[in-house]
Amino acid sequence: MSWINENGPIKDVVLSSRTRLARNVARYPFPAAMQEKQAKEIAEKVRKSIQDGKSRLNTDFAFLYMKDVPVIERQILVEKHLASQDLMQNYEVSAMALDSAEKVTVMVNEEDHIRMQCILPGFQLNKAWEILDRVDDVVESEVDYAFDKNFGYLTSCPTNVGTGLRSSVMMHLPALTANNQMNAILQTISKIGLTARGIYGEGTEALGNIYQISNQITLGSSEEDIINNLTVACRQIVENERMARKALLKFNGIQFRDAIWRSFGILCHARVLELKEFMTLISQVRMGISMGILPNINTEVLDTLMTEGQPAGVRKKAGRQLDEMEVNIVRADLIRKAMKEIINKETNS
Amino acid sequence: MLCQECKQKPATVHLVKIINDHKTELHLCEDCARQREDFMNITPFSVNDLIASFMDMGKENPANPAYENPVPSKCAVCGMDYNQFRKIGRLGCQECYKYFGEELDPVLRRIQGSTVHTGKVPKRCGSDLVREKQLAEWRAELKKAIEVEAFEKAAELRDKIKELEQSGNEKQENPKKPGTDTPEHPEKEKPKNPEKPENPEKPENPEAGQLGGSEQ
Repeated sequence: MSWINENGPIKDVVLSSRTRLARNVARYPFPAAMQEKQAKEIAEKVRKSIQDGKSRLNTDFAFLYMKDVPVIERQILVEKHLASQDLMQNYEVSAMALDSAEKVTVMVNEEDHIRMQCILPGFQLNKAWEILDRVDDVVESEVDYAFDKNFGYLTSCPTNVGTGLRSSVMMHLPALTANNQMNAILQTISKIGLTARGIYGEGTEALGNIYQISNQITLGSSEEDIINNLTVACRQIVENERMARKALLKFNGIQFRDAIWRSFGILCHARVLELKEFMTLISQVRMGISMGILPNINTEVLDTLMTEGQPAGVRKKAGRQLDEMEVNIVRADLIRKAMKEIINKETNS
Repeated sequence: MLCQECKQKPATVHLVKIINDHKTELHLCEDCARQREDFMNITPFSVNDLIASFMDMGKENPANPAYENPVPSKCAVCGMDYNQFRKIGRLGCQECYKYFGEELDPVLRRIQGSTVHTGKVPKRCGSDLVREKQLAEWRAELKKAIEVEAFEKAAELRDKIKELEQSGNEKQENPKKPGTDTPEHPEKEKPKNPEKPENPEKPENPEAGQLGGSEQ
């Protein structure tokens, strides 16, 4: 079970909602200036606070030291959005706590000593903040944080100082992208301190028309204000995307349906699938299903497939080393089989 | 708009040069821009570059007294200096915020639009800090009120300060072991543990040691 294969509200447009807090342990150098011994002490402090602390969270946490985790599993954690690329780059000293429901992670020795996040399916930002707020309280009951009365929670990079809160909503916006409306939207949200990135964070492109909308500002606003601000903006974007989808169907009906059915066809029959093409096609199919053009497949099934189709996911399924071409072939096989299963289930039911 | 050079890709890099009132404009795609010297330093840039240039902005202005001081700021605790920070865009420790205060101020103003935290406060160690800050603010207001002879307001402030100071003292007379949440106990309870945690830096508690069995 994970956030990926669970149902969530407004799933037609919003894939997931995530909140993240940056924290540092008081009186220790930040990761950029830290010794290995200190990094180990910090990992132990955090582990204790979560696994042995007096106030407990009501789920079980596994505590993983990254150097003990095989490279492929590390990449899969990143592809599932449960850990960051930065954490894996520091694998010699980094660690993470992961709850059994795969929704809460506490990363240790990333860019900051502690980066905790909560990710939930669909549009549930408030819930994701409530949960994370509790996790933060639990860790804080045992660990002294670096905190300043003016600057708030102190972080390695001044872009996170203050609340240390980055909240983001992963949105699927194919119709707005097709209508060339994304640039205008990005400009508007930047005026209220929000920003958009690609599916895998900073500097990645919007593969499969998936955008992460998040708050830019962390200092000067309360956590609730940050969450509310983002919620209001995203709700607006959801409405715009839904309207754009309807408009596409109304004015370009047959071409629109044709494009979606073609995407569906290619996913069912292709022998070679590059990542970018795969993401574009599955994005189209996802939209087609949520608009009732294609047979009713659970979007959770598709979102799981989207994660499994990422490079490390494909390599893990294959169980052996693959070069890039082989990845594309195995990906196509994987997707083809999955689509066949989905269709069989559909016709039997 | 298409790139003026290759006329194939969309122009995403725009340069406007004004030299002696003579204006020239260039609109290029990222690839063509990279080929040209004019753009060498413009694309691509990261948050680090941005932070660095905000920090330098204050320095390039001769009106700023910081410019007259050629010695780069250095954190006395972790040893990180200004140039290092500029390069990696990460601070070395929590004390850096004090030692680089002057340079960080414009960065925070530009990027964050504010320099004062108003959000969550750590429950254990943060409340004292916040009380201190509130007291300092009220004391400043009180001083001002007395100066302008607004005695009614001054009296009000004086009472508020007294109240807050007292609530702080009560807390100290009744020390709680860090990490225990006891507000749920409504009955009056004597502090069971008379010994004060002398060294708050050592969070090791004997129970956790027994449970974890770390000495085996």
